[in-house]
Amino acid sequence: MSALRAIMRKEVSDHFSSNRFLILFSLIAMVSILMVYMAGLKISQDLEGEVKPTFVFLMLFTSSGIGFPLVQFVAFFGPLVGLILGFDSINREWNEGTLSKLLAQPIYRDAVVNGKFLAGVLVIAVTLVSIVLAITGLGLVTLGVVPGVEELYRIFFYLLVSLVYICFWLGVAILFSILFRSITTSALASLASWIFFSFLIPLAASAAASAAPPLAGESNTGYVMRVSELERTLSLVSPMRMYLESMAVIVDPLRRTTSALVAVGRNEDISLSRFSGPLSLNQSLLMVFPQIVFLVAILVLCFAVSYIVFQRREIRSI
Amino acid sequence: MATQPAIETRDLCKRYGAQLAVERLNLQVAEGEVFGFLGPNGAGKTTTLLMLLGLTEPSSGTARVLGLDPRRQPIRVKRQVGYLQENMGFYRDLDARQMLAFIAELNDLPAGEARERAEAALVAVGLAGEAGKKIGAYSRGMRQRLGLAEILLKQPRIAFLDEPTIGLDPDGTGRMLEVIQRLARERGMTVLLCSHLLEQVERIATRIGIMIGGRLVALGTLGELRDAKFGVAGGQYTLEEIYLKYFRESAG
Repeated sequence: MSALRAIMRKEVSDHFSSNRFLILFSLIAMVSILMVYMAGLKISQDLEGEVKPTFVFLMLFTSSGIGFPLVQFVAFFGPLVGLILGFDSINREWNEGTLSKLLAQPIYRDAVVNGKFLAGVLVIAVTLVSIVLAITGLGLVTLGVVPGVEELYRIFFYLLVSLVYICFWLGVAILFSILFRSITTSALASLASWIFFSFLIPLAASAAASAAPPLAGESNTGYVMRVSELERTLSLVSPMRMYLESMAVIVDPLRRTTSALVAVGRNEDISLSRFSGPLSLNQSLLMVFPQIVFLVAILVLCFAVSYIVFQRREIRSI
Repeated sequence: MATQPAIETRDLCKRYGAQLAVERLNLQVAEGEVFGFLGPNGAGKTTTLLMLLGLTEPSSGTARVLGLDPRRQPIRVKRQVGYLQENMGFYRDLDARQMLAFIAELNDLPAGEARERAEAALVAVGLAGEAGKKIGAYSRGMRQRLGLAEILLKQPRIAFLDEPTIGLDPDGTGRMLEVIQRLARERGMTVLLCSHLLEQVERIATRIGIMIGGRLVALGTLGELRDAKFGVAGGQYTLEEIYLKYFRESAG
């Protein structure tokens, strides 16, 4: 246990003092704060004249001021943090000859992988929490609204699921750093898999779905529904899609389905909500439970594979 | 159990694909011995060390280190064995004190004792003046000395030293050999010394093994090896000449 703690502590201090992390962190912090500031301005415009709007605070995360909302920003670029923290974690030690020195000490092999992974998790958690705290502070200033208890719970779950999502990509990067001895190769492989699963799969899914011919005697709406259902099914392979679906529901209490066929604007949304109250938190969570389980499962799977590969690696080649 | 050897191998083999790196190695090293382990590059010395540490699985045969099986109980073996590897790596962003503190933590040493031992080790290897510098700025010889300091810090019962004097200046070499000898004499530490610098081995080793092409071709004290190769009259031959004779014979 003390070996695990020692490795973890060293890794965390390495991360926090590395230039690459500082650059990345300041970039992400800047963009997200700017985005929320813009979103805040837009929300206060939109809500002018509205009587007793609910869950205003959460809108900071979902409404888009410039470009796209924060939730989507994390979905797109959060993985990059995980990848950057992990892509050279094992093979750098390999190349510098420190790995065999580490393993010649009385520690179990898994302490190395676990220590590095947990250090990454800790760093990601600190990043996420500090960004969300900054956003909360800004939200208080720009909106003048204090988040309610349920909103805080929702933000907590938002953090938790985001952590799992980004840690999955950390796990992918660590796996590549075990598989490939060259740091460049593992960096490229990590980036390639990120681009493939986050950007190519959704594109390919929509291309493939729209290629499906209409059935004989099928109504127009039926066809559109079927194509969109097909597209959704195909794009479920993408962790980003899973994350976005679960986030949309967790952060937006008014949402009652993970697959909205038609985008509903704010005003329609409000008029709809006149007839249906917001969902309670556990109802929302229940709805995206499969997505969350999926994210946790791929994280565990990825970790297990790197664990097994590392345990079996012949030391001589290290 | 008093006569239990520190290191004992029985028909130890290691195969990498079709290549036999270590072939039926039978070796006994008593506690407190300084054992000189010689052989050309790629003879299988490092592979043997890795098997003794439990870092590499033997293909067949058994190894015992202080009565423990490195295959089954690698942690207990590594707790009592210090390993100074050839071309060892260091964390370039740490300084010598931080590096030693990290090693101490991995070995579960209590913090106060670790600090004392680290300071003593730095003085013993002559690095106390430069302990605050980042290891990235160290010369090769200084890194080598820091490697020895790690072993002094750990105070193991057995030390595997793989080319410990490479890159050291003559003064550093002398000092390193002195420290090694003192460890063996005063603390009863068993030392397995791999080196190509034969006169150094000749100076401090109590017994010598020569490994060529994965096989142990000679084993004994300097006098025994000399007698075996040159007869009783071979009194003036150095270890280098003996080694070369073994080497040429097995090559030809």
